[in-house]
Amino acid sequence: MDFSVYVVPGLLLAAAVAALYRKVDVYAALTAGAGQGLSVITRILPSLVALLSAVYMLRASGALEALTALLSPVMEALGIPPEVTALLLIRPVSGSGALAAGSDIMAQYGPDSYIGRVAAVMLGSTETTFYTVAVYFGAAGIRRTRYTIPAALTADLAGFVFSALAVRLLMGV
Amino acid sequence: MAMAWVWTAMVGISVVYGTAAGEMEDVAAAALSGAAAAVDLCLGMAGAVCLWMGVMELLERCGLARGLGRLFRPVLRRLLPRASRDEETLAALSANVSANMLGLGNAATPLGIRAARRMAYGCEGVASDELCRLVVLNTASIQLLPTTVASVRAACGSAAPFDILPAVWLASVLSVAAGLLAARCLQAVWRD
Repeated sequence: MDFSVYVVPGLLLAAAVAALYRKVDVYAALTAGAGQGLSVITRILPSLVALLSAVYMLRASGALEALTALLSPVMEALGIPPEVTALLLIRPVSGSGALAAGSDIMAQYGPDSYIGRVAAVMLGSTETTFYTVAVYFGAAGIRRTRYTIPAALTADLAGFVFSALAVRLLMGV
Repeated sequence: MAMAWVWTAMVGISVVYGTAAGEMEDVAAAALSGAAAAVDLCLGMAGAVCLWMGVMELLERCGLARGLGRLFRPVLRRLLPRASRDEETLAALSANVSANMLGLGNAATPLGIRAARRMAYGCEGVASDELCRLVVLNTASIQLLPTTVASVRAACGSAAPFDILPAVWLASVLSVAAGLLAARCLQAVWRD
């Protein structure tokens, strides 16, 4: 019996029971959140249209393949599959761009392949660094960011390397 | 504006490279099929995204965010000792971290900004070490359930969209640790 089939239904049930126990209106909360999900989708759709269009053009022109080939020695030295190069480059710059590149990789190689899983783990374990730095320091009125960007990019690089490593170690592919 | 340059560069490279490689027919078709794929993807993942946002809202209303916040107070006191002396900043910081963990980006950012503003008092536009650390913490992802990624995987036909969870947690923790370690090392050697 594979207990992993219980993860999603179990989580749903546990959340509902915990909420009932705390006298939270389960159904109202669930539908309110789902409504917000809809606005998330409508917010990412326009940028995803623009960026997937550009990613598809890059792939069709052969430029993506050339870039991948160019950087593959570096990627291989880091233990990262070269096929995720585009995702890695756009990740710190644009969240929707990363989603576009990541979904393209998952569609291309399959979501359950080694490459597809590495792309998913990279998306899940890193953030849009430059956007975050701009938003926080912009709001706080900071002009000199000192070593924030090198430190944050170190975190990104570590996230990429460890994503590939974690998939190899934990998922046995 | 950065994205304007990125997007233009992507299209420009496609056209130049596609012309040189004689692949312009494919490039032209790809522009439209990429746009169509974006709509397919959004529709394919909409159900899962909505469901998970609903579950997260439910967990939030159960007080899970508050509970997580309490759990992380001791960690934040060690990581940002000066900021944590101010009770209101600490409250914003712990709420920021717990919202990030639940993947509630819309809620996390204003909370983090509130904390960053309070921490920036008297800094005169120069980031303090603690402010650098706070931003590094926020540029690294620490999500318990990466629901958007799981929704994309589901839309692509994954057999078990959440089977990446342990790998995501491991990579996230190591990435945050590397960022904070880098900040510590750079703090020691940085000359303004």
